[in-house]
Amino acid sequence: MVPFDFTYHQPSSIQEAIQLFQTLQQQGKKTMYYAGGTEIITLSRLNLVFTEAVIDIKGIPECRTLRFDKNYLVLGAALSLTTIEEANVFPLLSKAASEVADRTARNQITLGGNICGQIFYREAVLPLLLTDSDVIIAGKDGLKQLPIQQIFQKQMRLHPGEFLVQIMTEQTYLSLPYRSIKKRKQWEVGYPLVTVAALKTNEQIRVAFSGVCPFPFRSQTVEERLNDRQLPLESRINEALHHLPRPILDDIEGSAEYRLFVLKHTLFDIITELEGE
Amino acid sequence: MEQTTKCEMLLTVNGEQHSVIARPADTLLFVLRTILGLTGAKPGCLNGDCGACTVLVNDVPIKSCMILAIETVEKKITTIEGLKHTPIQQAFVEHFAFQCGYCTPGFIMNAHALTKKHPLASDEIIQEWLQSNICRCTSYKEIEEAVKTVLANNSASLNDNHF
Ligand SMILES: Cc1cc2nc3c(=O)[nH]c(=O)nc-3n(C[C@H](O)[C@H](O)[C@H](O)COP(=O)(O)OP(=O)(O)OC[C@H]3O[C@@H](n4cnc5c(N)ncnc54)[C@H](O)[C@@H]3O)c2cc1C
Ligand code: FES
Ligand code: FES
Repeated sequence: MVPFDFTYHQPSSIQEAIQLFQTLQQQGKKTMYYAGGTEIITLSRLNLVFTEAVIDIKGIPECRTLRFDKNYLVLGAALSLTTIEEANVFPLLSKAASEVADRTARNQITLGGNICGQIFYREAVLPLLLTDSDVIIAGKDGLKQLPIQQIFQKQMRLHPGEFLVQIMTEQTYLSLPYRSIKKRKQWEVGYPLVTVAALKTNEQIRVAFSGVCPFPFRSQTVEERLNDRQLPLESRINEALHHLPRPILDDIEGSAEYRLFVLKHTLFDIITELEGE
Repeated sequence: MEQTTKCEMLLTVNGEQHSVIARPADTLLFVLRTILGLTGAKPGCLNGDCGACTVLVNDVPIKSCMILAIETVEKKITTIEGLKHTPIQQAFVEHFAFQCGYCTPGFIMNAHALTKKHPLASDEIIQEWLQSNICRCTSYKEIEEAVKTVLANNSASLNDNHF
């Protein structure tokens, strides 16, 4: 039950969505873009979200696209995680997406919602960071294309009124060797204790993390340490752990110490396997 | 068009059209239970975790505590009240796949959609789908057996059709 009222708007074009946002803002209404709605509804009930208007972007064709265009795979931000998983055009993303929440919830949770939401795991962003994907953002000055690394720093850095329309990933990345491992405290469904996604390109291994810190990340320093093949793997991992961003999560899912312990072993397995391929 | 505090929505539930006056902020679960009196979908966690509120929207299982009723206008909603004499209902009875029964409508809606979408579902797919629902009485084994019986019958009838 959402404990306050909001108006609901369903634009059918990007332009209409942007204009609606401007108009509602001018009327002094707090306005949010709305995709799967799962976070907006569940956090509203807990008074962790408040809005006076929602703009549902699921009716915008560009937000629902799933196609190849020249050398890129183009994924609409309002595609559900199930749709992405089933299409399986980007196996690493399918794998990472298939571990988020549960199957029924993934029928609703969208790719854009997972990345732009305030629940900080945002596991679907890991494959996008590893593949240097681009994002298409709509705002009052039109559309812009940016490298995800530039706009996703711990979280999406969108300006008020902007929304994520699409994600573009170079096709060459889609068939590279990968691993994606999610370790939970318990059971097969739930938030991660740690999630590690990795991609092997040109004999280098790229790694991105969720559940380690209160934000997902990919770090150049961590990757340099992990790829320093002059050292034995265990030393490389110890060095890399030393250079993780801080703070390390220390909460009900697991203590910081336990997370690092699990992370170390997960990295060991992933790198051993990928280096062997 | 701007929707103010309450507005009229035309919902198609179990094949019947209903004109409903509700807030745009009302969840489908709330509208089904409180306005339409269809209390089969159950409120459990209201947080997307338990699956007791599962209904089908255009034949896809959805947790009705996490979707707005207004999003389902022009879509086909199916609740447990709309299932009659389906193989999965029969299998739940035969396998005693419940104890208190609170989770049962949600499980049945999800399992019904599963057996329709994947008539020959592998163990992996069954597990993936059923993990969306929680049974506090832990009838998991019986529920799985019920689902597998329906799938085995699907498989047998497919084979029959081949010969
Ligand atoms: C039951 C449950 C389990 C979960 N488990 C996991 C998990 O295991 N791992 C994990 O990573 N996450 C998990 N989550 C978090 C989930 O992925 C996020 O809450 C996500 O935001 C939900 O997506 P949505 O499309 O429903 O978002 P919405 O509720 O529609 O939106 C969430 C936020 O994102 C913004 N937004 C949505 N789309 C866009 C866009 N295209 N452009 C700009 N802003 C946008 C909205 O304005 C809002 O602020 C879980 C959530 C639930 C409800
Ligand atoms: S009540 Fe909807 S998932 Fe629990
Ligand atoms: S039968 Fe009681 S919760 Fe499942």
